[in-house]
Formats: sequence, C-alpha cells, structure tokens
Amino acid sequence: MTLDFLTLLTFLPMIGAGVVMLLPRSQKNLARLVALAFSVVVLGMAIALFAAYANGTCPEGNVPQEMRTAAANAPFTFVCQHVAEFFPLLNSKWHVGVDGLSVSLILLAAILTPLAILISFEVTDHVHEHMALFLFLEMGVIGLFVALDLIIFFIFWEIGLVPMYFLINYWGGKDRQYASFKFFLYTMAGSLGLLLSLQLIGIMAGTMDIPTLLATFPRGLNAQGQPLTFPFGADLGLVKALIFVAFFIAFAIKVPIFPFHTWLPDAHTEAPTAGSMLLAGILLKLGAYGFLRLVVPMFPAEAQAFAPFLAALAVGGVIFGALAAWGMNDFKRLVAYSSVNHMGFVVLGIAAFSAVYNGLLTGAQFENAEIVQRSVTMATNGAILQMFTHGLSSAGMFLLVGALYHKAHTRDLREFGGLYALAPVYGGLLIFTSMASLGLPGLAGFVSEFQVIAGSWWIFPFWVAVAMIGLFLTGAYILKGIRAVLYGPTNEHWRGHALEIEFREVVALSPLVVLMLITGLYPNWIVEIINQTVTRLLGS
Amino acid sequence: MDWLNANFLPWLIPLPPFIAFAVIILLAGRSRVATQIIALGAMAITWFLSFALVLRAFAISDLGKYSRGIFGSSLSDILGSNGWLVNGTGNGALNIGVAVDPLTAVMLFMVPLVMMMIFIYTLGYMANAERHTRFFAYLSLFAGAMLTLVVADNLLLLFIGWEVMGLCSYLLIGFWYDRSPEQEVDRVAPYQAAMKAFMTTRIADVIMLIGIAYLWATTGTLNFREIFFNEATLQSLATTPALGGFLGLSAAGLIGICIVIGTVGKSAQFPLHVWLPDAMKGPTPVSAMIHAAAMVSAGVYLIIRMFPVLSAGANIEEGLLSAPMVFMAVVGGFTAIFSASIAVAQNDIKKVLAYSTVSQLGFMVAVLGVGGFAPAFFHLITHAFFKALLFLGSGSVIHGMEHGHHVAHGHHEAHGHDAAHAKHSHEAHTEHGHETHAEHGHETHSQAHGEMFDPQDMRNMGGLIRTMPVTAVTFIIGGLALAGAPLITAGFWSKDEILLEAWHLMGKNPIGLLVLVLLSLAAVLTTLYTFRQIWLTFFGEPRTEAARNAQHYNPARGDGRHEAFNSATMTIPLIVLAFFAIFAGFVGVNPSFPIIGPLLKSFGVEKPLILYIKNALLEPPPLPDFNILPVLLSFAIFGFGVYAGYVLYARRPYALGQPDPVEGLIGADAYRVLVNKYYIDEFYERAFVKPMQRIAEGYSRVVDRGIIDGILHLIATAAGYIGDVFKEFNRVVIDGVGDGIPEAIGDAARSLRPVQTGRVQQYLLFTLLAALIVGANLIVLAVAPNLVVPALIVQGGVAVVLVLFFSTGGAQATGSGD
Repeated sequence: MTLDFLTLLTFLPMIGAGVVMLLPRSQKNLARLVALAFSVVVLGMAIALFAAYANGTCPEGNVPQEMRTAAANAPFTFVCQHVAEFFPLLNSKWHVGVDGLSVSLILLAAILTPLAILISFEVTDHVHEHMALFLFLEMGVIGLFVALDLIIFFIFWEIGLVPMYFLINYWGGKDRQYASFKFFLYTMAGSLGLLLSLQLIGIMAGTMDIPTLLATFPRGLNAQGQPLTFPFGADLGLVKALIFVAFFIAFAIKVPIFPFHTWLPDAHTEAPTAGSMLLAGILLKLGAYGFLRLVVPMFPAEAQAFAPFLAALAVGGVIFGALAAWGMNDFKRLVAYSSVNHMGFVVLGIAAFSAVYNGLLTGAQFENAEIVQRSVTMATNGAILQMFTHGLSSAGMFLLVGALYHKAHTRDLREFGGLYALAPVYGGLLIFTSMASLGLPGLAGFVSEFQVIAGSWWIFPFWVAVAMIGLFLTGAYILKGIRAVLYGPTNEHWRGHALEIEFREVVALSPLVVLMLITGLYPNWIVEIINQTVTRLLGS
Repeated sequence: MDWLNANFLPWLIPLPPFIAFAVIILLAGRSRVATQIIALGAMAITWFLSFALVLRAFAISDLGKYSRGIFGSSLSDILGSNGWLVNGTGNGALNIGVAVDPLTAVMLFMVPLVMMMIFIYTLGYMANAERHTRFFAYLSLFAGAMLTLVVADNLLLLFIGWEVMGLCSYLLIGFWYDRSPEQEVDRVAPYQAAMKAFMTTRIADVIMLIGIAYLWATTGTLNFREIFFNEATLQSLATTPALGGFLGLSAAGLIGICIVIGTVGKSAQFPLHVWLPDAMKGPTPVSAMIHAAAMVSAGVYLIIRMFPVLSAGANIEEGLLSAPMVFMAVVGGFTAIFSASIAVAQNDIKKVLAYSTVSQLGFMVAVLGVGGFAPAFFHLITHAFFKALLFLGSGSVIHGMEHGHHVAHGHHEAHGHDAAHAKHSHEAHTEHGHETHAEHGHETHSQAHGEMFDPQDMRNMGGLIRTMPVTAVTFIIGGLALAGAPLITAGFWSKDEILLEAWHLMGKNPIGLLVLVLLSLAAVLTTLYTFRQIWLTFFGEPRTEAARNAQHYNPARGDGRHEAFNSATMTIPLIVLAFFAIFAGFVGVNPSFPIIGPLLKSFGVEKPLILYIKNALLEPPPLPDFNILPVLLSFAIFGFGVYAGYVLYARRPYALGQPDPVEGLIGADAYRVLVNKYYIDEFYERAFVKPMQRIAEGYSRVVDRGIIDGILHLIATAAGYIGDVFKEFNRVVIDGVGDGIPEAIGDAARSLRPVQTGRVQQYLLFTLLAALIVGANLIVLAVAPNLVVPALIVQGGVAVVLVLFFSTGGAQATGSGD
C-alpha cells in the first residue's frame, strides 16, 4: 500500500491519536494542543482537497484499466483515486476516491473535529484517551467517506462506532451507561445485517469494488459482465430484497429514520458536549451517505418501490421530532430531538431521489419530464446540503447547550429564564444559532430545506404539505428554547454566576457562525460541487 | 463594476443598514453616540442612494414597459458565475437579483423616507432608555430587510427579506424580554407577544413556502419578470389543474391562495390578525409603527407584486375573478369591518391604531381582490405615511403623558434634574411607569382602573392640544387622512379609488357589491373611531393630572437643551409625515376627477401614480371610468362618521369612569364582546395552543418511550429468559474463558464493567433484533410482496442463528465479569 493523499488524510488522525497517547500522562495541555494541531492539519488538507476538487485539478488516480472499464457506467465519477492490494481472499482492494458528495462531507468532518477538540479542553479526566478518541473517530469518518470498497467501507463504518461508544460511556452524563449501550447495540444490530449483505454481494458479484458494483449490480450483472447468480440457487429477487432490507435498516438506524430513532435522544443527551457535536454533526450523516452512495444506486427498483414509505417515514421524523423536541424540558434533549426533525428533511430528499432515480436509469418516460428532472435534482442537492447545514447548526446548538451546562450544571429549561441580561454575548449567539437551526432565510438551513421542499413538492405533494406542520413546529421548539433560557424575568438564582460564554467557546463557535451565514447568503460555493455530482448521478 | 449605474445601484440600497447592524452588534454596542451616528448615517446614505435612484426612475414615464425594461441586475451579472443556487445543468437554477420597476421605484420613495423619520424620532424617544444601542441595531437590520424585500427581483430574495423582518419583529416585540406578565396592564408579557407574532406568521409562512415551491416547480424560476411577462406561463398556470385536482383549483389558483395566506399572516388579516395588537408590546410606538406601517405593508406589497399570478385566468372587464381574488376580497373585506369594529371599543391609544391598521390593510387586500391593482398600491403608500404619522404621534402623546405623570408626582422637585430625567425615562420605558405609586407611595389620583397608571389609556387623557400643540395638530392631520376627509387629505384620494373600483365591479359580479358594502361600513367605523380617538386625547378637559402636565419637556421647570433637542427629534418627523399625509394623495388623483384632475395636470402632474405603476404589469387591469357616485359616497361616509362621533363624544364631554358612549348605544354585552376582540385569542388558546402543547408534552413519553421502546422491551423481556438459559449453559461450559478479557481492554474499557452485569444488554439486543425482523418484513412487504413468505422463513433462520450467537457471546463477556 503506497501512500497517497487520501490515504494520508485518512490515517493522519490515527497517527495523531497514537502520538497523543504516547505523550507523558502529566502533560494534559500538551495532549490537548497536539490533538488540536493534528485536527487542524487535517482540516487544512480537507480544504485543499475541496479546493482542488472545485477547481477540477484532482487527478483521476492510479486505477487499473480493467477496473476503470468495469466501472465505466457508474453513476459517480471519482477522482484522487488510489488502488492497492488489501485482502485478495475477499476480492477486496484498498480503493479510495472522492466525488462532490464525499468532499463536502469530508470538509464538514474536518471542520467539526477541531472545534469539538477545542470544546473538549474543558475535560480533565483521562485527557489523552479523550483526545485520541476524537482523532480516531475522525479517521473512521473520513475513511468511510473515501472508501470505494465495501469491506473498507464496513471497517470504517464500525470504527466510527467504537470511539463514540467510549466517549459516551466514560465521559457522558448520569445515564451514560444505558445510553451508550443502547447506541452501541442499535448500531451493531444494523451492522450485522450490513456485514452479511456485503458478503452476499461479494459472492454474487465477485467484487467488492464500489464503482464496479454501482456500474453493474443494478443491471443484474456481476463484475465480469455475466448475469448475477447466487450459489445455492436461491431466488435472486429474494436475495436482493433481503440485502436491500439489511442495508436499509443499517443506514436507517444511523440517520436515524423514524421509528428507528429512539437511541438518539439518549445518546445525544448523555454524550459529552464535543461528543454530541460530532454525533449530530457527522455520525448521523454516515447513514444518509449510505443511502445516497449505496442503497439507492445499487437497488434502484427496490428503492423506487419503497420511496413512498420512505417519504412517509421522513415526514414522520419531521413532525414527531419537532413535537418531541417541543415537549422537552431538558435543553439538550430538545436539541437532540431537533436532529430527528432536521434529518427528516434529508430523508425526504432521499425519498424523492429514490422515487425518480430508477425511472431515469431505465429511461422511463415521465409526464412533465422537465419538471421531474429539475425537481429531483433540487431535492437531491437539498438532501446533501441539508446534511452539511445540519452539521453546522446542530454542532453549534450542542456547543451552546454544553457551554451553558458547563457553567450552570443543569439543563432543565424551567430553572433558567432571563439569562439574556446576564450573558448577552451568549444570548446573541444562541439566538443566531437557533435561527440558523430554525431555517431562517439568509442562513444556511433555509437553503437546504427550501431545496428539499421545492424539489420534493412535485414528487410527493401530500407528504410535503404534511411536512409543513413539522416546519411550523420547528418554530415552536426553537422559540421555546430561546424563551426559557433568555427571556422572561431574570431568575435571581443565577445572579452572580458567571454564565457568559468563554472566549474559547466563542472561538469554537465562530467558524460555524461564519459558515452558516456564508452558506445562507451564497450557497453556491458548496452547492456547485454537490450539484456536479448529483447532475451526473441523475444523468441530466 | 459601475456601482452607481442605475442597474447596480439597487444592490447598495439595503447594504448600509445591514453593515450598521453588524458594526453595532460586533463593535460599537458600548457607545451610544457611535451607535447613533452609525445607524443614522447608514440610513441617511440609504435614503440618499434611493432618492437618487428614484429620481432617475421617475424621469422615465414608461419605466417597466416590456420594450423599455427596468433597472436591475442579477447576481450572475456581478459574479459572472452560476448565480445563487445551481440546479442540474441549469433547469430550475435560482438566481437572485435586484430590479427597479415602477412599483419598486415608488416603494423606494416611501420606505427610506419613513424609515429615516423613524430613526430620527427614535433618537429622541429612546434617548434615555436602556439597551438603546441594541434597539438601533435591530432597527437597522429591519430597515435592511425591508429594503431587500423592496428591491428584490424574485420571490426568493423577497422571502428572505420577509423572514428576516419577521425575526426583527420578534426581537423588537420582545425587546423588554425580562418583563413578566404581572408587570403588564393586560397580563401579556412582551416575550409572549413576540412568540405569538412569530408563530402566527409562521403558520402563514410555511403555507406560503408551498406556494413558492409550487411556482418554482411548474415554471422553473422565481424571477418576477420571467413569470409575469410571459403570457404562455401565466396561461398554462391558469389552465392547468392543481396537483391532485385540489379543490378544483387551477395551478395558479392554488399557488395564489398559498401566497395570499402568506399575506394574511404578515398583514394580520383575519383569522391570523391576533398577533398585531399584541405586537404593540414593542418598546415604543416606533417599533409599533414598524410593525404596523412597514412590515405589514410588506404583506400587501407581496400580493400587489404577485398580482399577475393571483389574477391569472381572471377577466376583470367582464367581472370574472380568479379564486385567489375572491379569497382576497372576502378575507380583506371581512377583516376591514371586523377589526374596525374592535377599534371602536379599544381604550389603548396604540391598540386603536393597531386595529385600525389591520382594518386598512383589509381595504387594500379586498380591493386587490376586485382587481384594483392601482388603488391597492396607492392606498398602501398613503396609508404608510399617515399611519406612520399616527403611530409616532401616539408615541409622542405617551411620552408626554409619562412625563406629565412624573411631573404631577413631583419627581422633578424631588431629584436633581439629570437623575430625575434618567429615572423617569428608565421607568417610563422599562416599567411604563406602572409601579411608581407602589414604589414611591404617592397619593392615588383619580384613575379609571385601579393601581396601575396607564399612560396609553385614552380615558386618562383629554385636552392635550393645549400642552402638546405640534403633536396634536399633526395627529389630527393624520387622523383626518385616515378617516378620508374629502379633497384635502391623501387618505381620501386613495380610499375614493378603492370605492370606485368596487363600484365599478358591482354590476358584473356580486363580489363587487359585497366589497363595496363591507368597505363602506368599515369606512364609517374608521371615521368614528378616529374621531373618538382625537377627541378623547386632545379635546375636552384634561381628565388626570398627568394629562394636565403632558408634554415632552418644560423649560419652566428647569428642563434643559437636551430635552429640547429630544423633543425636536420627535416632532420634526411628525411635521414631515404630516406634509405627506396631505400631499401624497395628489399624485394619484384620477385624471378625470372634476376640476382637481385637470388642475393638477396644469401643475405638471403629467402622469398620476395610478398610471405610472401600470407598466409593472404586462396587461394592467383597466382603470375604471370616473364616476361621481362613489365620490359622493365617500363624502357621505365621512360626514356620517363625523356626525356620529360628534354626537357620541363631543356633544357631552366624556368623564373618567363613565361607560363609553358606544356601550350605551349597543348594550353592555355587545360592547364587552368588542372590548375582548370577539374572544378570538381565548378561542385559539383553548382550541389550538393548549391541546398542541399537551400533545407535545406527552408525545415522547407515550410514543417514543411508551410504544416504541415499550414494545421492544416487552419482546426483549421474553427473549431475555431464553438468553438466561444460554447464559447458564455458557457459565457451565465455557466458564473462565472471558475472565482475562476485561483486563486486557484497558483503562477506559474497565469502566464498562458495571454496566455489563445484568440483563440490560440482552434485553436491548433482543429488542433490536425483534425490531429489525418486524421492520424487515414491512419493507419486504412493500418492495416485493410475493416474497413475504420465503423472506419470513429465511429471516427467521437468520434471527435464530443471531440469537444463539449473541446470547452466548454476550454472556461470555459479561458473565465472567461478575
């Protein structure tokens, strides 16, 4: 395995984790700074990668001719690819590469990790392990986004799970053990089916290479261009349906799609602040990424059949997530449920994509083809952008909740009130971030929600109309949070407490604030990148 | 880039207030003077730029005509890029830009002017208030958003401005965020009012968003001119049935109704009007005015702007209206009379104006519903001037009353001058002076209602014309304009056009008659409540000590230059606005109006407003021919209203504590219904708000924890027993194997051991497996129904294997630990 840019980008955080663990145990500050330094370097590399991708200067990479030919019809075009031997017995290669979808998410992960590490400076217990786990997590996430081989994909999928389990379990709140276990088992249960399915695919198609599979598998062919067969003579449709189910459940739990979401409020609430930031900011996106990268492109027909149900579940998430958030009196739980609400829009966009993709692939004649084409493009772009914008706003919200909790040692909304007078800077930032989360036009969340709504309208008018109830309720829980913390007569209990946000926290939040504003005002800086990939995917 | 070119200049107009907002919030917040200079300076630049642009626009009499075009440019003209939001290869991509057509030009004349007056006024009104700088910051953001909305050349940018204004309104209404309901006369805390405003308008906004989404989906663009000046697009919108044949509407009909609902929220039309009166919780009439005269105007501006879509398929000449038009006519007409009737029974000087605003906006919405594109816009402009005047005037009155209240209580004698004034202002603005009795133990004056002195209650006023002449005269001018005093006020001319339009349609469509009757009755009530307001406030004898001493400052008592300056900043805007409350009407006089029409023409008013703005449309609706009957109707309405007001309020002076004369007229019960605004707030609270809250509070307990987790745990409990069997098996057979494992995991992992004791993980595991199997079958059912039976068999097998595998494996790691 030779070293190339993406491989280095993937493993640099792990090297960082190792370095941090080797530092003397007494040097807590050094451990923090080294971890931060590594994550900043990774951020720099991610920005460079994003810029190179945007400028079209990424090389295609050392893909062998036969793999290139086999993947010629793949709906994604990857660059910066690197192929090396990895596990010949399983037909698995070390194959990495990126496209517009993955560079955007890598950028998100690389932005959030240093901010999370900066926030974690407040942790004093087992600093070395804590910092190392964040870097380890970053490796898992970036590895997943660059992986172009199912085995590699699965390995990183699992790696993303482990550090978060420990972060919640050791550094979490008072119910951390229940929460971490629920999180672990929920995700593991999904992973099991995923693992079995990957092996089935490997047996049927004779390859684990994602571009090759994407080019051949949906057409019923194996890597050699022969019709797919299943060794034991089992019904192919059944096997495919089962694989689809396993994939669906694994990713649905991660997103999470209603009603697979009950692990989320517990895990988010009990995780330490930085853990929640990364959990909501990045880990949830792994599930949505799986849908866009694997589930729908590999099982277009099954996805199409399931699309209306998916839309219904998405809207269920939008509405019930908002309702639940509104009913919460624990500030962090409120924000946690808001993720269910917001990820619902991602899923709605994916449902619109699923509903149309198979038709586009098979060349079906749509009524109002032009409208369908622009709608599905808008919805898919929106789903991806919503992943990015939700990453920004949810990380920001968790940061602010954590900042308050760290000083007040309570998250019970009923115990606050009128804190605006005591912490005006905190108040201003909370209002700003809440508004971004609410989807205020001019800030990032609006653009993506608008895209999903506008794009899905033609495909699922009923569900979009129903989703508006959820959008309305978003206002209710956001305002409830602001009201309970900032507005009302100042709770005299807090007078004399230093509740104002700390400089370090402002530094960690500022990049998010800036990005929320820039993305809201000029979304094209990133949508152009996303759109390129989506346009190719949808073949317009 | 030549930024001063008229095509690019509109970009710069909203910019200075936005910059001022950012600078004040980030840097200048600590300094009052710096804040004032930045905020006013930015507004002045904006005003200057708009004025320069407006002059150029007005010089072109056929601006906007299809061949002539407009001023404007889009983002891609500037950045040379793909615009604002790419989509695919360009199909449905969204660009944003600015455009100045006749509508925008006129708005750019009115909005910055009124804004500038508000800023100057605020200087004096908020001079001594806490959080002064934050107020200017919000005000600047508001101004920027409003101007963005005005210069937008597409619905998306307009919506951005629209929503940012909504945020500002939320922030401004809740400006005194730390007041509790108990500190308010009406037991509504500012933060409650703010949330109510935000949520009520949000109902409308999410529906409007559907309209925008639908419009984009069908046309692929949100650019105004690309839609409005495209005959084929409008035609197809009008003839295509709505998705799913919804209510038998056309696509344009459904889109139009969604957009009108946006206006119903923003412009506070029935049934979403409830937020506006509470919005008077804003710290001053300044913010009240912002809500009433600027933001709510945005709602009407939207439907005027979207008129081509709303009227797609209509033929006004033949009396054929489209569905959104009928909707507007009914909602607007009803709102006009409904809220005018509430205004008659309100005693708070600001609330009268608030309901009056709702009513006047109803006039505009209704007339647009009967095809009155020009009258609606004309009234929007004149109303903005005189309603701004009235709100600022009422602020001046309240300020004077607060001052008078403190003078009457001898604060000025008791304290040194500066301290006294600062204290006065602090209390006046943050506490509205309500608690002053209790705190200072002064004698209770003869007051209408109990402990709290309410400086906004008109029953406490009277005779203010003597102590506050400038305020009184300008307020009366505004009131006359509102009531539509014939020939001399702006309000007359615009209202006259409205009635003419309805009159014109009356013979062809019963909706015309309906609108005419509703609006005429509403106009009578308008005159009545205006008369009442003016009379109770300014005429008769002062009914309290506060009213006797009401004025901004009193040199005789030792108030100095500072107060004089503050007073001047409050009165000068009144005078400027009073000028426009009279003369703004003459730009829109129907050219065929006898005597005055030709007279104005000879003065050089070549092309009145109603003709100038026609070019904003591809096919402007025809101007109705002049008709003397509606003019006479206007005269009669005004005369009757004044007569009724005189009989009820002026002939016998109103005394404090006496029931309102209207109460005697219609009976105490009916009057109480009016005072309580038809109990609509209470109804909403009980029918919608409380039940929704209860559902939200119960949801996660019942559904997430109860049903979803509950079902899983139930299955898991059963499965757990099976697990125990395997665990026992494991303990006997493979005992000891796991002992070393926890040790090896290391420091962090050691913390896991406590949790890995009981059955928790087994419960969860089986829970999840069960959930997965159920979910899997549902999905197979959806995807491949014919495979359900084999799928069940295979999954069952897999499940059994997994159960075996995990229960033993799980027991291995845990059983040995304890």
